Amino acid sequence: MRPFDYIRAEDPAAARSAAAGSNAAFLSGGTNLLDLMKLEVMAPDTVVDISRLGLDAIEDDGDGLRIGATATNSDLAADMRVRKHWPVLSRALLAGASGQLRNKATTGGNLLQRTRCPYFYDTDTPCNKRTPGEGCSAIGGETRNHAILGTSDHCIALHPSDMAVALRALDTTVEVEAADGTSKSYEMDDFYRLPGDTPHRETVLEAGDLITGVRLPAPKGDRQIYRKVRDRASYAFALVSVAAVIRMENGRIAHAALAFGGLGTKPWRDPDFDTLLTGEAPSRALFDEAADVLLGRAVSHGGDDFKIPMARRVLRAVLEEATQ
Amino acid sequence: MKFSFTVNRRSRSLDLDPRVSLLDALRDHLGLTGTKKGCDHGQCGACTVLVNGRRINSCLSLAVAHEGDEVTTVEGLSNGTLSPLQAAFVEHDGFQCGFCTPGQLCSATGMLGEIEAGWPSHISASLDGEYELSQDELSERMSGNLCRCSCYPGINAAIRQAAETERDT
Repeated sequence: MRPFDYIRAEDPAAARSAAAGSNAAFLSGGTNLLDLMKLEVMAPDTVVDISRLGLDAIEDDGDGLRIGATATNSDLAADMRVRKHWPVLSRALLAGASGQLRNKATTGGNLLQRTRCPYFYDTDTPCNKRTPGEGCSAIGGETRNHAILGTSDHCIALHPSDMAVALRALDTTVEVEAADGTSKSYEMDDFYRLPGDTPHRETVLEAGDLITGVRLPAPKGDRQIYRKVRDRASYAFALVSVAAVIRMENGRIAHAALAFGGLGTKPWRDPDFDTLLTGEAPSRALFDEAADVLLGRAVSHGGDDFKIPMARRVLRAVLEEATQ
Repeated sequence: MKFSFTVNRRSRSLDLDPRVSLLDALRDHLGLTGTKKGCDHGQCGACTVLVNGRRINSCLSLAVAHEGDEVTTVEGLSNGTLSPLQAAFVEHDGFQCGFCTPGQLCSATGMLGEIEAGWPSHISASLDGEYELSQDELSERMSGNLCRCSCYPGINAAIRQAAETERDT
């Protein structure tokens, strides 16, 4: 690990200014950051510890919940309000990582976790995300666990989060305080960038921007499912995952919000897919038509070809269960 | 960088490079070699300790970030005599080489507390209610601890016996 200055910030303003204008990283749970620092995939010169700033509250704010950036994945999954009204979020969190990691990993850190593309981790192989302009070793390489949506000629790395997939289906917003103290709020779709020709820039955050929390609006659907398919029963990343938030009225789909893991370069949601389902009566033909919209845009690379039929089948199963 | 914390009920002060992990601080600077370094990347669970009562991977945590924390390692699980969980591991032969055992013990101790607190797991049928430590629940909740000797039958039997002992007392 490269040497760095460790700063235990006294308050959020001090944290933001300590991190502005340098190659700094905020440290919260550290479960992904320290892993990457050990491998020197990430080598910040300053590490600003934000774990004691009191940003860990999970609070009712009228019709929704405000979740602090350093609330742990364990605390969030076990929160009775989340379990009752936003069960897809509890389910997604519980489907991720291990008990030990969930006790340490936090909401903000989970949003910012990096891809597990093996070439990103292997500093002996070119990677545009790790070193811009170096080239992509995954394209033409081993692609079993890569993205098939949102990719570019420069990067096909997959976003690995389960939590963020559920948050996308729940229309969550991400709250950020900039280095100069101004507050900003982003829809998830705007928060994450597509790789394009700058895959090293994964979000809209600038140096010193601190995620302070996320806001969950009131649930728009009472039928919530998180289905994750993976290589082993526990403690593995998704091959395909689906978060579904559905509301039925008089036998028709009144609200459909589906988000996908294991498929995209960011937690994926396709507005055309949701629109196609909304207002319709559920049927196998409808589900297949929707899957065609979503997966018609997919580009696979050989090793990940299996994800297209797998995603179609998982989608069908989730929609059948959610619309019964 | 100087910091102070409590390890196994004893106050300790250290002055370490900020790069030192909690795992290395325990092993190399406090001589508590019960906690094991397996993968050093949070994948195997051999380094599991309890921090403020919760199980974490000590390899993925900076020691200096634990100012004021209460850390419990395998050496602190008992007070001279084996804890019921430790005794159950002996009784059920919950190990072969023993390298994963300290992590299994700390992880199981934390996990039993999570069950007690009513935390659901990925395989729980419902998100509300109390959870019994069925074999499926145990396997899911302990999936962050690997045993290369594959002594899972003994480990599982030991943890389930300890859970029953705890419940009955």
